[in-house]
Amino acid sequence: MNSPPLLSVRNLVVEIPTRHGVVRPVDQVSFEIQAGEILGVVGESGAGKSMTGNAIIGLLDRPARIVSGEIFLNGDRIDHLPLAAMRKRRGKDIGMVFQDPLTSLNPLLPLGHQLTETILAHLPVSVIEAKKRAIAALEEVGIPAAAERIGAYPHEFSGGMRQRVVIALALSAEPSLVIADEPTTALDVSVQAQITSLLKRLCRERGTGVMLVTHDMGVISETADRVAVMYAGRLVELGSVRQVLTSPCHPYTSGLMGSTPLASKGQKRLHQIPGMMPRLGNLPTGCAFSPRCTYAQDKCHQDLELQLDTCDGRAACWFPIGEQEA
Amino acid sequence: MIAYVIRRVFHSMIVLLVVGLVAFAMFRYVGDPIDNMLGQERTQADIERLTEQLGLDQPFVVQYWKFLRNAVDGNFGVSYRQGRPVAEIIAERAPATLELATVSGLFAILVGIGLGVFTAIRRNGVASNLIMTLSLIGVSLPTFLIGILFIYVFSVELDLLPSFGRGDVVQVGNWSTGFLTKSGLLALILPSITLGLYQMTLIMRLVRAEMLEVLRQDYIRFARARGLRERAVNFRHALKNTLVPVITVTGLQLGSIIAFAIITETVFQWPGVGLLFINALQFVDIPVMAAYLMLISVMFVAINLIVDLLYFAIDPRLRIDGRTG
Amino acid sequence: MTDITQHELTNQPSRLKIIWQSDFGYTFRKSPVAVFSCIIVLILVMSAVLAPLIAPHNPFDPGTLNLLNGFTPPLTPNAFTGEEFFLGTDDQGRDIFSTILYGMRVSLFVGFSAVLLAMILGIILGLIAGYVGGWIETFIMRVADVQLTFPSILVAMLIFGIAKGFTPVEYRDQMAIWVLILAIGLSDWVQFARVVRGATLVEKNKEYVQAARLIGRSGAAIMLRHILPNVMSPVLVIATISLALAIIAEATLSFLGVGAPPTQPSLGTLIRIGQGFLFSGEWWILLFPSITLLSLALSVNLFGDWLRDALNPRLR
Repeated sequence: MNSPPLLSVRNLVVEIPTRHGVVRPVDQVSFEIQAGEILGVVGESGAGKSMTGNAIIGLLDRPARIVSGEIFLNGDRIDHLPLAAMRKRRGKDIGMVFQDPLTSLNPLLPLGHQLTETILAHLPVSVIEAKKRAIAALEEVGIPAAAERIGAYPHEFSGGMRQRVVIALALSAEPSLVIADEPTTALDVSVQAQITSLLKRLCRERGTGVMLVTHDMGVISETADRVAVMYAGRLVELGSVRQVLTSPCHPYTSGLMGSTPLASKGQKRLHQIPGMMPRLGNLPTGCAFSPRCTYAQDKCHQDLELQLDTCDGRAACWFPIGEQEA
Repeated sequence: MIAYVIRRVFHSMIVLLVVGLVAFAMFRYVGDPIDNMLGQERTQADIERLTEQLGLDQPFVVQYWKFLRNAVDGNFGVSYRQGRPVAEIIAERAPATLELATVSGLFAILVGIGLGVFTAIRRNGVASNLIMTLSLIGVSLPTFLIGILFIYVFSVELDLLPSFGRGDVVQVGNWSTGFLTKSGLLALILPSITLGLYQMTLIMRLVRAEMLEVLRQDYIRFARARGLRERAVNFRHALKNTLVPVITVTGLQLGSIIAFAIITETVFQWPGVGLLFINALQFVDIPVMAAYLMLISVMFVAINLIVDLLYFAIDPRLRIDGRTG
Repeated sequence: MTDITQHELTNQPSRLKIIWQSDFGYTFRKSPVAVFSCIIVLILVMSAVLAPLIAPHNPFDPGTLNLLNGFTPPLTPNAFTGEEFFLGTDDQGRDIFSTILYGMRVSLFVGFSAVLLAMILGIILGLIAGYVGGWIETFIMRVADVQLTFPSILVAMLIFGIAKGFTPVEYRDQMAIWVLILAIGLSDWVQFARVVRGATLVEKNKEYVQAARLIGRSGAAIMLRHILPNVMSPVLVIATISLALAIIAEATLSFLGVGAPPTQPSLGTLIRIGQGFLFSGEWWILLFPSITLLSLALSVNLFGDWLRDALNPRLR
């Protein structure tokens, strides 16, 4: 691909000063998303997935801040933009879908109001036109009788329906990138698949790039084109879904696969990664995963810089699986 | 919703009946009404006449019922101290208190919400921190000291504003108003700020706390993530969500304003109902005390009821059963 | 017995030391506001308690008063007698510093007693409401609700008025302090009762209470020995905050002339008297009692705020 990527994140570092010193929830993270591509980002809670998403859209909660690295959207640098300029890009260039549809809609404002205010904030259209578009947006995400329900309040909808509305809201100003932060985690299992396929369909139709943050490997395998695996703020593996899921390179990815129930494989027991992810203020020297890694050797505990350069540039590991003999 | 309103009204009636009972018991059993009314030169005939007139020889329940009937008619008996009907005295004094309470209520709500939003949005600003520190002192300050301080600064030292009374009042029908003259308006400034300051502080701190809570909510993050203007996020999305708890407290505070007017009216010698009550208290003028108690309870109960109804106007989630039934 | 105490003192850290070294003590030491307000409260309480020893004059002994000393400004020798007074004198020639010390005694006595009364009443009613339940609970909590509809200062005024009505005229001044305590105490029990009832409802269903019931302990014993200790920390917080409110309530009532009598002036009475001299230039008669009341109320309030945060972060 020769055209510039839709989103390019280079060596992103986010720091939070705390009483016990500075911690880095996001450390030297680099990746790209092409137009129309869905990148899945997986990892345990606290691995820095959501923090990366928030950094891209410029909504880090203080005192967290980007200390180094660059973020480009359509070739424009968007980290450290002035507040007003960043606000104009939010919603218009980058849409965001949050985890919990029950809390992401304002309970006291009608849905139509929340849609039209978003459309009016970004597109040069009249109020009547905005209302038409709002109805169209609701129809597109599969809300029945959208024109009548435009005045309804969020509490009148079920969780799955609300998440459809949230997606309609995120896409209402036709952004080129959508950050979906655990969009199905809070939903009933029965509607999770509907929501992911809806998100996938809409983005494919419009050529929207998606950063899909989740800890659900099933969602990744069904939806994403490529997958990035994060551990303790760092990217440990990045590759196509097929590669990463069928032959993981990094021992952590492999462990993560093992702890995901895959009915097809007919596993009897779920594999567990021993130990817990270290606290950010308390990272081990060397590879952050080394204390839990069954393949770890002396080199892993040394203070050396790891890069995504093993396994054909897929993994950040001294001794990736399948290359142990090397 | 209708069932809810009926339940609330019923509850209010019970409160009023209980308060009425207290007022009646005060009237009937605190001191001897006949002693209080007749003074030293009384004959046995006088006593018997008054006993019958007041119905003191009738059963308790009958007396209580009569007391309530009279209260509803606005008949609270005769002041022991002034020898005039209590209703007449209160009617004279009410406009002064109501005007004072209205102005300070408006002051408390408008300034309180304004400063609350300001300090929540500029959470770490110098001005916000200063306001918050001052408000903490403000909450600890007794109202009467604030009043005295204001009098000292603005009347004694600067000689800008009057320190007591209502200034010139204009009679509009039965209502004597201070709103229509310059001296009347000037005289309102210090007492109404004194009276409203505490409530203003409470409302401000509450709005701030609620705003900070709401600003952390997902729907605010989502509103930001959709690129809405800060003003829209803060006022359209956040402020509205803070209003339900704010209205509760504000409503109750408005009731308190009328009660706390007692203190402010004493400091500023404001010729209102509160000053009347304090004088009644000092001289154990029971009919005036009982009447004041009844009046203020009606006000409190009415305010509580209005507050309950306002919830429905603001929060659509409460209207669910209203739509279906 | 002395041996054991001695032993404990030398080999084990004292209870105070344990508290000092606990998390609670740590947050206390780390909070300048808490330390500062605590010191101020201690100084004020001590000087009120020791007033007869500290005060240069006894303001209630007419024999020591000299009318010529009236209106002496602070730290200035009196024009007639040459006597000097730290904070000046009032119209009667009473030493302001001494009247403040004695006034604070009245204020603190009324404040503490009223809170104690409210606390005992609230705890008992709260325990009964929570533990016994049924119509007793409904009744107690309904009364609490009705009372809570009105500001407590108004309730206190009414109780004061009623109690005063019941007191024969010749005893009214003597009884005023007790009537005041009763009025403020009765106006403030609801807070305690609500918290204690809530906690009792939670504790009641815990296994240790069930166990105590099974082995045949009486209801009163369970309430006092098992449930009460578990609700003491919120009660303590409310008591501290109530103390500030009670002090202010007392000052307010006395200022309005419906509290402490002129023969036994509290800080509020002194301020009421002082207000009369606001326009004539004798500022010290008003200023010093006001400052004392302010620092008392403010420091108790700040300490209570801190205590609430320290004991129960969720209440914040």
